[in-house]
Amino acid sequence: MAEKVLMKGNEALAEAAIQCGCRHYFGYPITPQTEVAAYMSKRLPKEGGVFLQAESEIAAINMVLGATSAGVRALTSSSSPGISLKSEGVSYIAGSDLPALLINVQRGGPGLGGIQPSQSDYWQATKALGHGDFQLFVLAPSTIQEMVDFVSLAYEVGEKYRVPSMILSDGMLGQMMEPVEFPTKKEGPVAEKPWATNGHKNQRKKNIINSLYIEPEELENLVNERYERYAKIKEEEQRAEAFMVDDAEIVIVAFGASSRVSRSAVMQARAEGIKAGLIRPITLWPFPDKTIEKAVPTAKEFLCVEMNKGQMVDDVKLVVNGRKPVSFFGRTGGVIPTPAEVLDQIRALAGKEN
Amino acid sequence: MAVVFEKPKALSDVPFHYCPGCTHGIVHRLVAEVIDELGIEGTTVGVASVGCSVFSYNYFDCDMVQAAHGRAPAVATGLKRALPDNCIFTYQGDGDLAAIGMAETVHAATRGENITVIFINNAIYGMTGGQMAPTSLPGQVTQTSPYGRDVSTAGYPIRVCELLSTLSGTALAQRVTVDNVKHVLEAKKAIKKGFENQINKRGYSIIEVVSTCPTNWGLAPAEAVKWLQDNMLPYYPLGVYKDVTAEGGNN
Amino acid sequence: MAKTLNVLLAGFGGQGILFAGKTIAYSALLDGKELSWLPSYGPEMRGGTCNCSVVLSDESIGSPLVTAPDVLIAMNLPSLDKFVDKVVPGGTILVDSSMIDKKVERTDINVYYVDATKIADENNMHSCAIIILVGKMFKELGFCTKEALDGAIKKVIPAKKAAMLELNQKALEIGMNS
Repeated sequence: MAEKVLMKGNEALAEAAIQCGCRHYFGYPITPQTEVAAYMSKRLPKEGGVFLQAESEIAAINMVLGATSAGVRALTSSSSPGISLKSEGVSYIAGSDLPALLINVQRGGPGLGGIQPSQSDYWQATKALGHGDFQLFVLAPSTIQEMVDFVSLAYEVGEKYRVPSMILSDGMLGQMMEPVEFPTKKEGPVAEKPWATNGHKNQRKKNIINSLYIEPEELENLVNERYERYAKIKEEEQRAEAFMVDDAEIVIVAFGASSRVSRSAVMQARAEGIKAGLIRPITLWPFPDKTIEKAVPTAKEFLCVEMNKGQMVDDVKLVVNGRKPVSFFGRTGGVIPTPAEVLDQIRALAGKEN
Repeated sequence: MAVVFEKPKALSDVPFHYCPGCTHGIVHRLVAEVIDELGIEGTTVGVASVGCSVFSYNYFDCDMVQAAHGRAPAVATGLKRALPDNCIFTYQGDGDLAAIGMAETVHAATRGENITVIFINNAIYGMTGGQMAPTSLPGQVTQTSPYGRDVSTAGYPIRVCELLSTLSGTALAQRVTVDNVKHVLEAKKAIKKGFENQINKRGYSIIEVVSTCPTNWGLAPAEAVKWLQDNMLPYYPLGVYKDVTAEGGNN
Repeated sequence: MAKTLNVLLAGFGGQGILFAGKTIAYSALLDGKELSWLPSYGPEMRGGTCNCSVVLSDESIGSPLVTAPDVLIAMNLPSLDKFVDKVVPGGTILVDSSMIDKKVERTDINVYYVDATKIADENNMHSCAIIILVGKMFKELGFCTKEALDGAIKKVIPAKKAAMLELNQKALEIGMNS
């Protein structure tokens, strides 16, 4: 086993990408993700890689599109306002069936918003990061170790299904340090990329990376084929953690930073004799409906805790489908909810049930 | 039987969709001939942009990537950084290169990004039906300048080669046209130099081709060539604006 | 010590708040404990207010944000004023009394006053005042093993800055004996 080291979340993401074979990083400075770029600028030249500070987030994501078209593992990272700028490129990446990895270290919005941690880009990441019918594979780490582990997962799943992947982090996880261990195994098998535009060498037919289809039926067929892949991802790639859920009457659903706060609240509630539990979606898309579904028969109440005005709660309601009450508690604007605040919510729900 | 004329190998056997009298066809052919002559089809990746040449990924027989509007230089940068020993070219129109993609263009040039840019300047947005372009001439009537381009509100046309020639990363900035045989031959020479610069790792090369758009100019093909000669060439003088090989090279 | 120890360090930027937090965090790592380290971050690069949450625990850590500290290290008056009432009953405050001449009025907590900045200046270790307080914290709370603390200070100072290491080791020593 490798030695545990202390690392900031942003740095751990960057190091993990390098260990996954990523040698091409394209980015633009923005708080609170700057350490990803700074780390890459220091390390990549020593690994024979490319660090390029682009003229804009728009350029950076299109550089990722170009490098990914060539068949390499590339990376870009940003924070909320910058991700909005990248959305055009993300749509083209999805429309060109390219795997690519982007990281969003979320901050408060809309507009310039703030620079403190937020989860208010859930809708953007899971519903509409750009125009058109498409999805990204979205992972929400809650520890620095998961940040490391999810980078390789994001690359592997993205390449297997030829879809873009996103790691949805936030300012808290990006800035905090925890002990972390890098897997000793070297990069896993990298998927074959017979589609790459890396020069046909007069040995194969030319490859075209393209998202333009003028004939409606042709485009429809392609989108349908893509949705068959999405259906497979939904079936096979859902991930969630269930913590003390088996006998829980009050089931909190929370991801990322807010799941850590919620976990503390659940422990305190248990100490008071309240049967609380936590479902932590790890994949935000595909949404882990199987884990939620399993809890519906035993739960009396669902409580969604987010650092926004209530976004994932819609997906929870879609699964619960009116069978049990689903309520919401959130702080927004960069405010991190405290365990005490969440505990108050749990107590209120417990009082209602008794 | 002796073959006296044939399609360049680097062009696919697909009919062009371009209008009669449009110069895209000539420029495509010149690019393909240069690729053939340099023997680089197998290592070349082209980047198609948005505009009338959007389908150029169907016409060139090398690997092709289709980019978002204005982003071809960024996509080409990503390709080139991943494939430093391959030849990467973009094929862009005036709206793509000098309006929506100006930031990407200027920064690719100033980084000395080792790519070749073929820039078609026909002073109009062709594909969307003839709107004012960043290179439309003062007084030029278009769909969105129906009373003629009024420089007091719409500003002045951008001279791209002059602009980019001020940047240290630019290796070649040359303006050519294809209105007659002599100019076609000059254009081909310039395009070839653009690709050779890349092979010799000299930096960013742009070949601006002053072009026609008979359909959206509302002119017959022959009239369009005349209009180009009478109106465009005085505003966009042909010539070499920067050439590091002439200055003794930068390698 | 308690199963979980929530530590909050607060002061001006430039007083070594994040560095001291990292020292405490590393000592927990070397003891094989769970830990988290979370800085406040803002647009001010120098001289602005700065604080750092460190959580040490025997079990996996929920919220890394310390809102009810067991231990507060206060390096200036605004920080003491801001957090004094957040400290849990029975908790501890370490005050740099060179920077803060006010006394804590609460009687349900343990308060230690150390003339840290003055002592650091007298010993030509200007940036080490907060490390003196970390030494004092170790003496009063024993939040880690001595070996871990010694190891931690070596971890957080790059090997090429040997002179800095010596100063910080001396600062810890002074804190432990004050």
